[in-house]
Amino acid sequence: MKERAYDIIVVGSGAGGGTVAQELSPLCSDGLRIAVLEKGPKLRDAEFTGREFEMARVLYEEGGGFLTAEGTMTLAFGSAYGGSTAVYTGTSLLPPERVLHHWNVPGLTLDEIERRAQKFMAQNNVHLIEDELINENNRLFVEGCRRLGWQVRQFPVNVKGCRGSSLCNLGCPNQAKQGTDRVQLPQAERNGVEVITRCEVLRLEEKKLFVRVFAKPEGATGEPSPWEPGEYCIAAKIVVVSAGAVGTPALLLRSGLGRRLPRLGCGFTAHPALIVVAEHERPITNFVGHPKSFYLDEFAESDRFLLETCMYFPFITAKSLAGFGEAHSSFMRAFPRLQMILVLACDPAVERNRVTIDAAGRPVVHYYFAPEVTRTLVRGAVASARIFFAAGARRVHLPMAQPPTVEARDAARLDPIAEKTPFHLGKVTVSAAHLQGGCAMGRAPADSVTDPFGRVHGIPWLRVADASLFPDSVEINPYLTIMSLADRVAEKIREEVRSL
Amino acid sequence: MPATEHPTRNPSAAQLSPALFSFRPLVRAIACTIVPEAAALDEKAWANFETLIDAALGDRPPALQRRLQLFLRAIDWLPVVRFGHRFASLQPAQRARFLAGLENHTVQLIRSGFWGLRTLVLLGFYGRPEAAAAIGYKADPRGWEAFR
Repeated sequence: MKERAYDIIVVGSGAGGGTVAQELSPLCSDGLRIAVLEKGPKLRDAEFTGREFEMARVLYEEGGGFLTAEGTMTLAFGSAYGGSTAVYTGTSLLPPERVLHHWNVPGLTLDEIERRAQKFMAQNNVHLIEDELINENNRLFVEGCRRLGWQVRQFPVNVKGCRGSSLCNLGCPNQAKQGTDRVQLPQAERNGVEVITRCEVLRLEEKKLFVRVFAKPEGATGEPSPWEPGEYCIAAKIVVVSAGAVGTPALLLRSGLGRRLPRLGCGFTAHPALIVVAEHERPITNFVGHPKSFYLDEFAESDRFLLETCMYFPFITAKSLAGFGEAHSSFMRAFPRLQMILVLACDPAVERNRVTIDAAGRPVVHYYFAPEVTRTLVRGAVASARIFFAAGARRVHLPMAQPPTVEARDAARLDPIAEKTPFHLGKVTVSAAHLQGGCAMGRAPADSVTDPFGRVHGIPWLRVADASLFPDSVEINPYLTIMSLADRVAEKIREEVRSL
Repeated sequence: MPATEHPTRNPSAAQLSPALFSFRPLVRAIACTIVPEAAALDEKAWANFETLIDAALGDRPPALQRRLQLFLRAIDWLPVVRFGHRFASLQPAQRARFLAGLENHTVQLIRSGFWGLRTLVLLGFYGRPEAAAAIGYKADPRGWEAFR
């Protein structure tokens, strides 16, 4: 086993790890050695092809289809240089104030989150996309909402030179999206931080990491790891784990910390989501333009759902439509006429929804759908149908309805669907990409895994900086909140690094 | 496999696995029921279909692959009880009725099993660039420039 030594190791390079790396990188000029360990590969610019299967397989863990233990939901999270910021749409929102009140993390306020977020919004060129670049898939959402008297909002997004490929979730082929792969990690590297890709952390011991570096498979995309393939033991004074809401609890559990941290892995939340599809009479612009320009959050507090515009690729769309045979195919053949809305449930963090590990140390996510969460998804899907019809759609596909297709002339069916439709888990495709919790911040081991600065209780050399810190659902797209918390964690490390 | 070869994302894994090979006629019969257009696929297109689903399976834990084989075996033989024939010998309407029974089954595990199989078939069919083009999906990295 080869050996290495660093002052600070950051595990993961997404919104959390990439931010920590950048914020600590000025320490390199003082002689500190810092490295980021990333499990996934770093792709060259020309390798972002936008091809669905190829990119999903390279950029996501398990191709974006990581299945929960109950087999009722798939989780999509990045595994590449930049983590999930390589595959998100760049929607840049702050959490509602009620969320911070509910989290009740000592000393953590919305003002502080906002102050820290401003820095990253400036770095990442966050702005409202220009009107002429907005496609009809998004415009029809606005039109439908306004006709219903619902207050629609535009997403600020972090793009620079967006050409409207619509391929954000497959890694921007034009390098327009300003994730940590484009902004924070390159800055950290310029300041002297090393980034070791294709490097999986197996376990942690007292100020040590045991890792495995993988060879680049023959014919695979991406750069080889800067380190020789093999097993390494890395000594580090501080370890910051930013492997995401699945990876971080799993690594800490693999490292034997479950006994001293009873809350480790608990309280996993994910914004379970349904893709709802409608067909218009005429082709609309949908697979061109930024896919996610508007959202509706006026039901978030009362009914616990958010609606967002979206546009997915053929396989994901096919998977999201319920049923099979001619009825299914007829929607797929109508692709140029399809409008899509993503329904996200604001699911509460509950103890039984948790990350564990199997005998081999691989993460296992247990997610039980509370009846109120499935009811929320049904209500959100029906609200989406009302928007589609208000925007002139001829028919809507509601995956939980029987039959799933609702024609415009039968829109009266929506009320009974909203009230009585059972939600058959395992039949309806539910997916989630806003993975949160598992290493919640709080006061003590009885209620949390870390303190309000991401310091793992009782282990001063070990920090957490990613969405696993969230004590409960953030109720909005999470990346800016993750960056703000990572900034907070990094600030505390800068204060303490000399004394550790 | 050497310990330092990543267990996933290895292009060489994209070859027809023996596990899938033994179910080939059944998988094709199921595929044609789920996506009727699959009946028109030629051998080259079927090969692409199989390569995609085999690659996706190669990325998944071995236990999931074992469950899939078990599920396929059940689909193959259970219709004998109800229709007197194995799945591939059923009429199209009988096949659809049988699969709809799995999709809407009262037991969640069976619904989930069918969902997984349906997902694989949809990946094999719509994951092919030709299928995407056939339904009019023309996303282009050049975005608006290519569209206008």
